Amino acid sequence: MNTVTPVSPVRTRKKQNKFLRFLNSKKVVPFVFISPFVLSLLLFTVYPAIQGVIMSFQSVLPGQVEFIGMSNYERVLNPTFYRAVSNTTAYVVFTVIILTIIPMVLAVILNSKHVRFRTLFRASLFIPALTSTIVGGMIFRFMFSEQQGAVANQLIGVFGFDPLKWMFTPWAAIGLMVLLACWRWIGVNILYFLAALQNVPDEMYEAAEIDGATRLQRFRFITMPMLKPIIIFVSTITIINGFRMFEESYVFWAVGSPGNIGLSIAAYIYQQGIQQNDMGFGAALGVVLMLIIFVISIIYLIATGTFKKGDR
Amino acid sequence: MKKNNNKLLGVVATVVMAIVSLIALFPIISIVLSSFIPSGSLMRNGISFSFPWDELTLSNYTYIFTQSAEYWTWYGNSLWISALMIVLSLFFSSMVGYALAMYDFKGSNIFFVAVVFILMVPFEILMLPLFRLMMDMMLIDTYLGVILPGIVAPVAVFFFRQYALGLPKELMDAARIDGSTEYGIFFKIMLPLMGPSLAAMAILQGLGSWNNFLWPLLVLRSNDMFTLPLGLATLLTPYGNNYDVLIAGSVMTIIPIVILFIFFQRYFISGLTVGGVKG
Repeated sequence: MNTVTPVSPVRTRKKQNKFLRFLNSKKVVPFVFISPFVLSLLLFTVYPAIQGVIMSFQSVLPGQVEFIGMSNYERVLNPTFYRAVSNTTAYVVFTVIILTIIPMVLAVILNSKHVRFRTLFRASLFIPALTSTIVGGMIFRFMFSEQQGAVANQLIGVFGFDPLKWMFTPWAAIGLMVLLACWRWIGVNILYFLAALQNVPDEMYEAAEIDGATRLQRFRFITMPMLKPIIIFVSTITIINGFRMFEESYVFWAVGSPGNIGLSIAAYIYQQGIQQNDMGFGAALGVVLMLIIFVISIIYLIATGTFKKGDR
Repeated sequence: MKKNNNKLLGVVATVVMAIVSLIALFPIISIVLSSFIPSGSLMRNGISFSFPWDELTLSNYTYIFTQSAEYWTWYGNSLWISALMIVLSLFFSSMVGYALAMYDFKGSNIFFVAVVFILMVPFEILMLPLFRLMMDMMLIDTYLGVILPGIVAPVAVFFFRQYALGLPKELMDAARIDGSTEYGIFFKIMLPLMGPSLAAMAILQGLGSWNNFLWPLLVLRSNDMFTLPLGLATLLTPYGNNYDVLIAGSVMTIIPIVILFIFFQRYFISGLTVGGVKG
């Protein structure tokens, strides 16, 4: 309210009051509250998302941007991309199996009243989630170093195997990334399952016990069905995060693993878009990755019946 | 008979859990121990079951505290960025969550659904255009460039909305009768009531930005602007010339967090499990 002409003080106050009352009306207040969020959402998510799609049809060089149609997408289907997709898919398959089944079993054990020190165990399993992938990966590099004296080689030595160059063996490369992710995420997923297990009424187990169901039968026919929503949730999150994996690859090989044995889709985007400065091509890779993730998210939403029930 | 059976099973399960917990903690315990041996020894053997107890020394720590100014610059950068991130994202997200829970306004449902869809856009497609945007805004190699895109925290919005739904709306009416403005109600009455949810989200955002790697890797260019994960990653070479700083430095990024975790476990757990969003 910058007025150059002098106004009588009374009028200014009246004007301000009116403005303040407008600002304080219940219709306006929520919009004031959400406006910074909406603004940053538009600027830092919506705009880049649209821009990303546009860029994927462009050749982007400093000061020289031109539309080149589909040719970025035509280049996507190349051997390196296949390698990145197959690495990432293998990583996703292993992490989703391990990070769903093991936390579920451990949570069931931790939920039993016969087990002692439960809080301590829960906390210990959770602590790896506090480390960054970089620090965790560095520790793994020392455990899986090629030296004969390193933990991993000592272990396989017990079974009579020769020391292995873990970081330079294709199957072990995937294994290292899977192991690092599982180590960091098991504790978090256990908490999801524990929270879900609290909702299983004890009476169901008691009734089953009276009917003579064995422990395994109770797990199979009561626990598993009751946990179904959380199993779907955990596995979907793991799949989506798996397809976006970057740091697990970066910490072991930066961006140049021999023969691309550790290259992920996201690492390929970084390599092409940032390091090679081929942003248009990188954006096309990003769009492909987004499509993969969208399809999975929609399958998840259908599997959980979100579309049937309506929102909220 | 049955009781004995349960007891035995309990003991077996306890032993199994103890072994699993030890495996989970092994990497952390071993890196803490390894920070007390000369880095050359670690370089030669990696992390080994045959730990050289006779080589114990404080030399890595004396080196990092006296010789490595670089490391403390990174530490400072990480602290600053995390602190700013916590304050800003909590401020904006709590307002939104609160507004969604407490006011019925036109379009709130559409807004909610839109946020859900936007949440599904992976960061990897935003990354390159965002990078260009930061270049245009001249924010490359600045704290602001790292922080700004992260202030939108839809997960935190959901969490706050959920929490605010449980707060008594009568308090708001009472405050209105007392002549408080809507903003006064939020900042003076409701926000303090949201304390536990603020603590949980502070931890989630703080841990997320303390450990964040990919976005800072794009934005930060010069060594003296690096955060801890970036700086430590530059030391992670096969030649081992900086391993003293790397190992002791890594331990000093984990230990404060673990100590915080021991004291504020509840908040860590509710924060980290909110949406399964990778921190």
